[in-house]
Amino acid sequence: MENNEKLLKQLEKNGRITGEQLASVLGESADEIRDTIAELEREKVIVGYNALIDWDKTDRELVTALIEVKVTPQRGDGFDRVAARIYQYPEVTSVYLLSGGFDLVVMIEGKTLKEVAHFVSSKLATIDAVTGTATHFVLKKYKDKGVLFEEDAEEDRRILVI
Amino acid sequence: MNLPNSINPVIRDLKPSGIRKFFDLASTMDNVVSLSIGEPDFATPWHIRDVGIYSLEKSRTHYLANAGLAELREEITKYASRRFGLSYQPQNVLVTVGGSEAIDLACRVLLAPGDEVIVPEPSFVCYEPLCRMAGASVIRLRTQAEDEFRVKPEALEAAITPRTKLLILSYPNNPTGAILRKEDVEALADVIRKHDLFVLSDEIYAELTYGGERHFSFGAVEDLKERVLVVNGFSKAYAMTGWRLGYVMGDEYLIKMMTKLHQFGIMSAPTTSQYAACEALREGDEDIDAMREEYDDRRRIILDGLANLGLACFEPKGAFYVFPEIVSTGLDSESFCEALLREERVAVVPGNAFGDSGEGFVRISYAASLENISKAMERMESFLKRHRD
Repeated sequence: MENNEKLLKQLEKNGRITGEQLASVLGESADEIRDTIAELEREKVIVGYNALIDWDKTDRELVTALIEVKVTPQRGDGFDRVAARIYQYPEVTSVYLLSGGFDLVVMIEGKTLKEVAHFVSSKLATIDAVTGTATHFVLKKYKDKGVLFEEDAEEDRRILVI
Repeated sequence: MNLPNSINPVIRDLKPSGIRKFFDLASTMDNVVSLSIGEPDFATPWHIRDVGIYSLEKSRTHYLANAGLAELREEITKYASRRFGLSYQPQNVLVTVGGSEAIDLACRVLLAPGDEVIVPEPSFVCYEPLCRMAGASVIRLRTQAEDEFRVKPEALEAAITPRTKLLILSYPNNPTGAILRKEDVEALADVIRKHDLFVLSDEIYAELTYGGERHFSFGAVEDLKERVLVVNGFSKAYAMTGWRLGYVMGDEYLIKMMTKLHQFGIMSAPTTSQYAACEALREGDEDIDAMREEYDDRRRIILDGLANLGLACFEPKGAFYVFPEIVSTGLDSESFCEALLREERVAVVPGNAFGDSGEGFVRISYAASLENISKAMERMESFLKRHRD
């Protein structure tokens, strides 16, 4: 299908858009759309589907931290092997390799500050190639993946005009 | 004092909008999905709002020149040239309080008692009252779904009398979503030329055309420029309805006369809005394109949805409305809308609100989230099932 980019953009914007709606938007049949999505999933172009959840609005206790990590790159593998050692932990939600003053940024979720601190001191800092870490706790999430996490969404105040 | 007998009888006798009752009913209900609204659901792009805020910080809180900020008039001419191939100079531009003020001024400058105005319908509701306030009478020209709601030259010709002064056109059209193509405009231009008419072309939805078709402006017919007033504004293109800013472009003498009236009635259009509008014109092309794309996605979804529901609908190529026919339900426009609202809590606008020729149709606005559009389609499906069986 030639419209792959448009299809992907639609899905990135709204993972719940239906096959029929995508068919309308892209001018393809719903069957074609389903085939294309299946193929993109097989090729790992589409790697997964998530809901964006504002956990602050729930009773769940959750601490999110962003950890800067300095790493000595390893011969042959560069940063990949050490990144893999980090991202295997289930509490790690994202790992990025960056340019600039440090090398990796690791996002982690834990129940308490203590749990996160424990992860950094006992699991992350003890990896041989890791030469330093700096942990930043997230205080508030304003926007994620292009979506606002507002306290109260403004209701639609448009009046009925014709 | 008998007030009704003492005030201007023209105003007293203007019909208030017939759907007020319907809107009041909607406002007493919870959980209503509204596809009835005639303005963008987007907020004004942030960089435009930011420039408005900055102008306030810089204490730009005074009146501006009557005809509008010089740099804004200049930007408007550049924009009109860049987007629609129009050649106007700043002295051909008057900045107004929304497109509505421009329409009012044009009517009052062009019309005198005894004049006739041809207004195609279905159309937006302000034209007839404003013409009548200017002392003119209105000849309504019905357009048909089978003509894609375009004004046909032979129908126009037939409606012209020796008293006809002005033709008002509003394409892309609210409520039908119809557009005029270059060949349509040129065919109408022949009639206009022959009968020496003025044209007021309300092109407020000019940026919202779909399927790769760009709007063809009446201002692009060079030999008619003296007699054509083009109205546009920021409301629909940049989602700036609340800023109340529009403009009219036309012959320098007509603009001067309109400015004279504007000076006495308004002084100058809102200052903050004019600064923000400069930013919109300079940096906003991409915003327009992004919003148009989003509207187009919804338009396609809603058109396929209506087809699945078995409601006949011509494919609208402009604005953000679809105008399906609901005759197959056996209901008239108002009963359909009221029943749909009461039974399924979906608000759409009866077609006859836009003139008698809109009877048998409803206007559905897709200036609404995809989520609400999907919800409304589901509810309409169960409504139609019930009313057809």
